[in-house]
Amino acid sequence: MAKGEAHVTLQGVTRVYPGVAGQQPVHALGPLDLELVKGEFFSVVGPSGCGKSTLLDVLAGLASVTDGAIRFEGVPIHGRVPDGIGVVFQEDASFPWLTVEDNIAFGLRQNSVEAGEVRRRVDHALSLMGLKDFIRAYPAQLSGGMRQRVCIARTLVLEPRLILLDEPFGSLDQQTRLLMGDELLRLWRETESTVLLITHALDEAAMLADRIGVMSARPGRFLEIVETGWPQDRDSRIVARPEFGRITGRLWSHLRVESLKALGQDRPPL
Amino acid sequence: MVTRSRDIAVLIVVILLIWQGLYQFTGTGLLTAPLDTFARVLRLLGTPNFWPHLHESASAFLRALAIAVGAGLTVGMALGAHRLSGEVAEPILVALYSIPKVTLYPVVLLFFGIGMPAKVVFGAIHGVVPIAIFAMNAVRNLNPIYLKTAQILKLGPWATARKVLLPATLPEIFTGLRVGFSLTLVGTLLGEMFGSQRGLGHLLMAAIGLYRMDTIMAITLLLVIFAITINSILLVVDYRLHRRV
Ligand SMILES: Nc1ncnc2c1ncn2[C@@H]1O[C@H](COP(=O)(O)OP(=O)(O)OP(=O)(O)O)[C@@H](O)[C@H]1O
Ligand SMILES: [Mg+2]
Repeated sequence: MAKGEAHVTLQGVTRVYPGVAGQQPVHALGPLDLELVKGEFFSVVGPSGCGKSTLLDVLAGLASVTDGAIRFEGVPIHGRVPDGIGVVFQEDASFPWLTVEDNIAFGLRQNSVEAGEVRRRVDHALSLMGLKDFIRAYPAQLSGGMRQRVCIARTLVLEPRLILLDEPFGSLDQQTRLLMGDELLRLWRETESTVLLITHALDEAAMLADRIGVMSARPGRFLEIVETGWPQDRDSRIVARPEFGRITGRLWSHLRVESLKALGQDRPPL
Repeated sequence: MVTRSRDIAVLIVVILLIWQGLYQFTGTGLLTAPLDTFARVLRLLGTPNFWPHLHESASAFLRALAIAVGAGLTVGMALGAHRLSGEVAEPILVALYSIPKVTLYPVVLLFFGIGMPAKVVFGAIHGVVPIAIFAMNAVRNLNPIYLKTAQILKLGPWATARKVLLPATLPEIFTGLRVGFSLTLVGTLLGEMFGSQRGLGHLLMAAIGLYRMDTIMAITLLLVIFAITINSILLVVDYRLHRRV
C-alpha cells in the first residue's frame, strides 16, 4: 500500500451505548465520516466526554458500530480486532504482575516471535522510552508517566501499521510531554505508520499532527479538520513559529464553545 | 530477612515467657508449663495410638479443604463473571459468612451421621464462603482494560484466561484461600469434637472429659504450631502477590 492512499475510512460511523437497567441509551458518537491517509499523523481534539475514546474503541474493533462502516486497509472492521493495529489506552493498562521487560515483550511472546527478535525489539523500545534502568521493575514501582511509556513500548514492539493513542501523555509534565512528542514524531517517521492521536492538549495536537480533527460536544462529530502544513521532519521547536499560535488559536475558538456545551452551560436539546 | 527472623525469635521467646509466667501465677492444674507441654507432645508423638487419630484429622482436613477450594472458586468466579447473580448472591454469602456455623451442625449430623463425612462437610462449610466471596470480588473487580489489552494483543480465550485473568485475580483469590484454609481447619476440628469417635478433635474432647490438662495443652500446641506455620507461609506469599498490585 503506497503513501497517500486511504488507510482507514469511516462512513457514517455512529455508536449508541444501549441503556442498561432502565437507563437512557447514550448517543456517544457520530454520525461521522473520516479518511485517514496512509502514513499521516492525525490528531483528534474535543471536549471531555465527546466520544473520543469511543471512536478509538470502534476503530480498534473493540466495540462495534451502531451504524455506519469502518474499513482498515480495505477490509471492514466489525467488532473484531484486525491485524496491524496497535493501541495505547487512556487508562494505565500495564500488567502489574509483570516486570517492565516482560510487559513490553508480552505481545511478541504471545504471538510466538522468535526469542532473539524479541530481545532486539524490546531493547530498542526500552532505550527509546527511557526505561533502560527499570527493566526488572514492576509497574507499581514506576510513576504514572513511566507506566504509560511501558504501554507505548508494548505497542510499538509489535510494529503496527496503524497506531491509535488515547491521551498517552496525559500523566506527563509539560516538558516531558514535548520531548515524548518528539520521540513520537521520530517513531512515526521511522516506521511510516499511520498515527491517530487523541489528546486534550491543543498545543500537542498542533505540534504533532498533519491534520487535526476538532470534535463537537457529545455526540462527537468533526466540526472542522485543520491542516497544519508542517514539514515531515518537524520537531517540538515549531512551537516557536507564528503559525503554531494561529493553529492553536483556531482550535480553541471551536473548542471553547464545545467545551462550554460539554460542561452543560449551553446544552442544546439532544 | 535477618531482622525478620530475629523478630520472630523474640516473639516466640516472649510468648513462652508469658506462658511460663501464667503457669506460675495460676498454680498447677489449670495450665501445664511450656517445657512439660513440649515433653508431652513428644510423648504423644511416640505413642502408636496417636498416629491413626492424626491421620484421621489430616485426611478429613484435606478433603474438606479440597471441597472448599473447588466449590468456592467455582461458585465465586461464576458469580463474579455474572453481574446480576453476583449482586443477588453477595448479601446471602455475607450472611452465611457471619452466622455461627455451629448452628448448622445438627442439620449436618442429621444428613451425614457421625463420622468422616460429617466433619469433612462441616470443615468445608466453614472454608467455602470466604473463598467464594474473595473469588467473586476478584473477578468482579477485574480492570476491564486488561481484557481490552488482551484483545488488542490478539490473545485467544485460553491465553487470556491463563496469562491475563489468572494473574490479575490471583492476589485476591489467594487471600480468600488463606482465610479459607484457617476456617476449614477450625471447622474440621469442631466437627471432630462433637460428631466423631476419631481424630484430634475427638482426642481433645476425650481429654477434656477426663480432665487431662497435659493432653489438652499438648494437642492444642501441636495444632497451633501447624496452623501458624502454614498461615505464615501463606501470608508471605500473599504479601508478595499484593506488593505488585
Ligand atoms: N460503557 C459505557 N456505557 C454507557 N455510556 C458510556 C460508556 N462509555 C462511555 N459512555 C458515554 O459516552 C460518552 C463518550 O465517552 P468517551 O469515553 O468516548 O469520551 P471521551 O471523549 O473519551 O472523554 P474524555 O476526554 O474525558 O476521555 C460519554 O458521555 C460517556 O458517558
Ligand atoms: Mg477518553
